[in-house]
Amino acid sequence: MDLYQQNILDHYKHPQHRGELKAADKRSTAANPSCGDSVIFYLQTRDDKIVQARWMGEGCVLSQAAADMLAEFVQAKTLAEVVALKKEELLKLVGVELGPNRVRCALLPLEALHQALK
Amino acid sequence: MLSDNIRRQFPVFAEPVNKNLAFLDNAASTQKPAAVLEAIDRCYRTSYANVHRGIYRLSEAATTAYENARVITARFLQARQLEEIIFTRNATEALNLVAQTYSQRLKPGDEVLLSQLEHHANLVPWQQMGKRYGFTVRFLPLTPDGRLDLDKLDEYLTTKTKVVALSAMSNVLGTVTELKVIIPRARALGALVVVDAAQMASHRPLDVQTLDCDFLAFSGHKVFGPSGVGVLYGKRARLEDLPPFQYGGSMINEVQWDDSTWADIPAKFEAGTPAIAEVIGLGAALEFVMSLGWQDYMTYEDELTRYALPKLLAVTGLHLLGPSTPQNRGPVFAFTIAGVHPHDLSSVLDDLNIAVRSGHHCAQPLHRLYNISATTRASATIYNSKEDFDRLIEGIEKAKRLFS
Repeated sequence: MDLYQQNILDHYKHPQHRGELKAADKRSTAANPSCGDSVIFYLQTRDDKIVQARWMGEGCVLSQAAADMLAEFVQAKTLAEVVALKKEELLKLVGVELGPNRVRCALLPLEALHQALK
Repeated sequence: MLSDNIRRQFPVFAEPVNKNLAFLDNAASTQKPAAVLEAIDRCYRTSYANVHRGIYRLSEAATTAYENARVITARFLQARQLEEIIFTRNATEALNLVAQTYSQRLKPGDEVLLSQLEHHANLVPWQQMGKRYGFTVRFLPLTPDGRLDLDKLDEYLTTKTKVVALSAMSNVLGTVTELKVIIPRARALGALVVVDAAQMASHRPLDVQTLDCDFLAFSGHKVFGPSGVGVLYGKRARLEDLPPFQYGGSMINEVQWDDSTWADIPAKFEAGTPAIAEVIGLGAALEFVMSLGWQDYMTYEDELTRYALPKLLAVTGLHLLGPSTPQNRGPVFAFTIAGVHPHDLSSVLDDLNIAVRSGHHCAQPLHRLYNISATTRASATIYNSKEDFDRLIEGIEKAKRLFS
C-alpha cells in the first residue's frame, strides 16, 4: 500500500498539532460535503509571523494527516510565506502519489489555512 | 454457476489487469456485455445515420434499429404501446421531465409525497419545483430497519397528495419498496404515481401493467447498457396531456415564426438528435437481461444476498444501513466501519483489486438521518460471486488492522 506510508499513519494516529488553540486570533473551517471531511485551522500571529498553528478536524487519514503536516510546516513562518504556499508544495509535503479523487482530501487543510488568512 | 458463465460475456473482465477484479460498484453503474459492445460497433460500422429523416437506405437502417430498441424496451417493461416509451439521457432526465412539466399544474396546498430513501434524482427536482410552484414536498419515514414505514402511510398520503413519486429500490439500503401496497392507495386518492426504477431495473422484473404507475424511469447504464440513454415510460393519456419538456427539432409538427405545434408522442419528448447508437446498445442490453431469465437471475442474486448479509453483519465494528434480513432487499450493502473512514477503506480495498463506492451515494438527507456523512457501499449483480464478498471481508479486516 503506497498511500498509507508510515509517516502518514504516524501523523494520523499521533498528531502533534491537533487541538483547539485558545489564543488564536485567526481561525477558519473548510469542509468537503461530498465525504464529510472537515478541518479547522487556528492561528496565533504576532506582527507578520505565525507564533503557533493548531488544527481540529474529522475525516479520512489523508485529510487529517495532511492537516498535521501542514500545521507543523507553517510554525514560525511569515504570513506572506503561508499565503504564497502552493498546492503542489503541500502535496510534496504529503509525499505520496494521489489520484484525482483523493487530491481533494489532502488539499482540504490548505483551504482552511488560506481562508483563515483572508 | 450462473456467474462464471456470465462473467465470460463481459470483455472488461478478460483484460489482464481486471482478471482478479471484484467489481462491487454495480449500484453506481454496471459493466457491459459483448452483445452491447457489438451492437454499438455494428451500428457505427454498418448502418449509422441520423434517424427519422433521411430518405436513403442508411438512415432507414438506423431508424429501424433505433425503433427496434423501443420495441424491446416496451417488452422489458410490459408496456402495451410503443408510443409510451420515451428515450431520455438517463433516469435523472426522465424524472425531471415529469417533475418539471407536471408541477406546472400544482399549487400551494398541494402535496407531493416522496420517501426518506430517495436518490437525489427523485428528490431535488420535486424540491425545486415545490419552491417554484408553492406546493409542499413530504417524505414518508423509514422504519429502524430501513424499510418504508407503511404504518405512517395514512398520515402522509391524504387528499392533498397530488403526486406520489417513489424509488422501487434504494441505491443505499438495498430495500425493495412496497409499491404494490402504496400504489393502489395513491390511485384511490387520484394521485399521479411516478416510479424511480433506476436501481430496480437490474434486480427485479418491471411490469408497468401490474404496478399500474403513471410514469416509470430507469437508466441504461445501470442495466448493462451504455451511459447517455435512459427511459421514461408514461401512460399514453398522461404523456399526451403533458406540455413538452424541451423544444427543438424532432419534437415539432409545424413551426411558424411566432408559434409552433408539437409532434405526437413519443417524438414530442425526444427533442434533438437522440443518442442513436446508445439506444441501440440499450436494446441489446435489455435483450441480454431477458435472455438470462428473471427467475434464475433473481434466485442467483438472492443467493448472493443471503451469503453476504450474515458475513457482513458478523464483522466487528461494522454498522450496516438498511434491512438486516434478506426479504425484500437486494445485494446492495452500505456500511460504516468503526475507526476506518470510508475513503480509506476504499483505498485499501482498491489495492486488493476490489472496487466499492465511498460517499453519500447521492442520498445526503438519508445519510444525515443516520447521522453519518459517508458510508462504503458494496453492490453486486449477476457477474459477482460469493468469493468477491469473501475478499471484501478480508479487505475490511486488513483495513481495521492497518488503522487501529
